[in-house]
Formats: sequence, structure tokens, C-alpha cells
Amino acid sequence: MSIMRRARGLVFVSCAVAGLALAGCPREARKFHSLPADNVRPEPVRLVSLQPGEPRSKQAAGGPYEGNAWAINQGERLYEQYNCVGCHFHGGGGIGPPLMDEQWIYGGSGQNIHDTIVQGRPNGMPSYGGHVPDDQIWMITAYVRTLSGQVPKPERPTRSDELFPHPSEQAMPAKGEKTQKASHPG
Amino acid sequence: MIALLLPNWIGGHTAYLAHGTQAAHIADLWWLMFWVCSAVFVAVMVALGVAITRPPRESGAPGAIPPERRARMSRVVAGAVGVTVLILFVLLFASVSTGRAIESLRTSKAITIRLTGHQWWWEVEYKDPVPARTVQTANEIHIPAGQPVRIELASADVIHSFWVPSLHGKRDLIPGHESAIWIQADRPGVYRGACAEFCGHQHAHMGLLVIADPPAQYAAWYAGQLQTPPPPANALLQHGRQVVESAPCAVCHNIQGTQASGRLGPDLTHLASRRTIAAATLPNTPGNLGGWIVDPQTIKPGNQMPANSLTSEDLEAVLAYLESLK
Repeated sequence: MSIMRRARGLVFVSCAVAGLALAGCPREARKFHSLPADNVRPEPVRLVSLQPGEPRSKQAAGGPYEGNAWAINQGERLYEQYNCVGCHFHGGGGIGPPLMDEQWIYGGSGQNIHDTIVQGRPNGMPSYGGHVPDDQIWMITAYVRTLSGQVPKPERPTRSDELFPHPSEQAMPAKGEKTQKASHPG
Repeated sequence: MIALLLPNWIGGHTAYLAHGTQAAHIADLWWLMFWVCSAVFVAVMVALGVAITRPPRESGAPGAIPPERRARMSRVVAGAVGVTVLILFVLLFASVSTGRAIESLRTSKAITIRLTGHQWWWEVEYKDPVPARTVQTANEIHIPAGQPVRIELASADVIHSFWVPSLHGKRDLIPGHESAIWIQADRPGVYRGACAEFCGHQHAHMGLLVIADPPAQYAAWYAGQLQTPPPPANALLQHGRQVVESAPCAVCHNIQGTQASGRLGPDLTHLASRRTIAAATLPNTPGNLGGWIVDPQTIKPGNQMPANSLTSEDLEAVLAYLESLK
């Protein structure tokens, strides 16, 4: 009998302790009302053009240097010097994807290209954020957008000699090489 | 005369004070031409003055010049033409012989330095058949005094021109075209040079120093440049090196023995041993260097070094580290 009573007492005490402990647990807050201000978001950086329903207004395509010929030229210089050419070549692509077509894996807006350079992308694109000043990244962005012809022609630098299918007309022949006319028409 | 000699007193960047054999030849030619032309100028002015102040001729039919007077005039004109031709030949001879004397300075075993012009600084490479004995530096050339030195010239972007007036004349650095110039400093000293071909926004701030050392001192300097800087001695220097390696610095600048291996800007391996920064624009002091790192575009607008926002602790550590790169 005494064992039963003692066990009952133990159960009672432990229940009381558990009850007291549970009383200390607050209920998880649930937020039923979202204020209108909570739902105002800046237009996100979209990586894809696919959107549910009617597409929202497109975000500004370029960046701070869109349409600035000097900055685009600086971008071209930096594109060479920071070895973007090492993988993307002069826009034609090689190790990395081409930049002169209209396909953009991670979006072709200025902000997209900037973010791709800053953040890096899977399968080989390094992250340059912090290693290259942001200002220069925007210059490179402005140049990259000219490769696919997204920028009016007067602002674009001339197409680089590397992209021509034959040596430019004013190029000097290499030593010991005879000058010959380009074989294709036009 | 005072105006001509004025540059002697402002900075030593002058062709009148020749410190090399070639510059002495050029200065001699200049003074010869100066005195000859001055004499001709004075003679012409005197003749003009005489002609103006002379009383007018007695009246007569216009154009009627007596025959004996006509003959005298012809003799004077012929004499003046003869003297002019003679002077021109003297100057021609002097010019050709100066050119030959300048070009005759060359030896088979000379130090060869490759100088590459950039907008707006000078890349310097001491060539050596053994790759480990080549030295990279910038904006400062050390040469042994009294020995001819061969300087190969190239350009990375636009046309520049190498000109150290106290040592030699100008030679252009042309993209895609290799050229070379021989210079010699007759006595030890610091000779300022500059880019002498307009090359863009900061052309005026593209200077360099040629430092002629006694041969033994030059050898010691070269041996020092071959050394890799020692690892950071304390925590501050260690932090500075870590910032340099992770911040944008490392993308463009090279420091031997660290992860900073960029090739776009001047080599910083022995930065603290150089007298100036920003292509002989500012003395190499910690204050100037700090200002340059944080805001280079105020000092040299348009140059290719971007502004760097470093915290004051980081900047202090970077400065301490860079100042340790003797």
C-alpha cells in the first residue's frame, strides 16, 4: 500500500512540476494582420522573364553607366585587364558562356550582370565582390551589355579586332608573312 | 639669358645642365646654334636700322640706280648669301657630328633595362639571362654612374616619350614597335625625367627618376631588389599584408612572395625603397601614400587606380606593411 501511495505522490508531484514548466512556455506568435506597408517591396532583381500573370513593369535595363561612352571604354579595358577574356573571350565564349548572344543564364539586365560578377555563379564564374571596386564592376557591366548590342551604337566602342574573321585591312603582316587578300567576299 | 637659365634652379629638370656625355654634346650643339643665330639676328637688326635711318637718296627717276651702286649692291647680296650658306653648312656639320657622337655610345656588355610606358607610369624591368635575376620596379631607374646603359622602350597603350634632359635627348615609346636608347650618367646623382609626348589626361604627372649610383652602391641596390621581402615581423604588419592580399590591391599590384600578383599596376615588392609615388608626383611618405590609397583620383584625376574605402585600422596596417617593403 505504502508503495502505491508513494508512487501516486510521485506522479502528482511530477505532473505539478510539468504543469508549472509548461505554464512558462509562451505560445508562438501568429501574425494574422500584415500591414499594407509590409507588402511594399522594391522591384526584385529578376533572373528569369517568366512571371505568373501579367508581367510587371520591366526594371531599368542598364546601370549607372548606361549610355556613358567613356565608362564603357573603361569597362572594355578592365574586361581585358581583369582577364574576363580568359573564359568569355571577346564575347564569343569559350570556357565561359558567350556574352554576345541574346541568351542570359542569369539575366541580362545591368543589375543581373553586376550581381553575376559580384556573387559569382556555379560551374566556374568566380565571385569578384570586394576584390574589384564596385564602380569598376559597373563599368564592366556597361561594356558587357554592348557586346550583345543592347546599347545604341554611338555609345559603343568599335568592335575589337579579335572578333574579325580576317586581319583588319590596316593591320601590318607578321614578319615573314606575305600579304594576302581576304578570301571571302565582303 | 636669365630666363634661359631659370630651369637650373627649379628642380634640375633641364637640358642646360648636362650630366651625361650625350647631353653634353646636345648642349654644345644648342649653344653653338644659339650664338650663331643670335649673331645673325643682331647683324640683320643692325642692317635694318642702318637702312631705316639712312637719309633718303637724291631725287631722280624711280628705279634709276647708278651702275656702280648697282654693282656694290650685287656684291653685298652675294656676300650675304655666301655667308648664309657657310653658316648653314657649319650647323649641318655640327648637327651630323653631334648625332654620330650620341649614337657611338654603346658597348657589348651593358645593363639592359626594359622600360614600358603606361598611362601614366613607367614599368621598369632589369633584364637578365637568368630569370630569377630579373628585377621589376617602377618609376625609378638605378644605373651605375660612368657606364653606358641600354634601355629598351615599349608602350602598353599610347605613344609616350622617354626624356631625361640632363642625360640625353628624347626617344618615343611606340605601341607595337621596339626601340632602344643608350644613356650614360657621368657622375652620381638623381636626374628627373618625364614623358615628352602628350599621352592623355595625366601626361604632366608622368615623371621618373634616374638615379646614378657609384658602381658598388648600384650592385648593393640590385642585390637588395633581388631579395623577396621578409615575412611580416609583427601582428600589425601581418594584418596589413592580409588586407593587401584580400582587398582590390592584389588584383593589380604585385608583391613578390605574397598572393598579390597582379600585373596591371606598378610592382610594389620594394615600394619603400623608392623615393616617389604616383610616377614622381609625390614624395614617398606615409601621409602621401595613405592619401593616394584612399583617394588617388583627387591627386591624379583620371588615373587607373580606384579609390579604396578602408577602415582606419586597415589603412594603418596597410601603410605599416607597405612601408616595411624596403
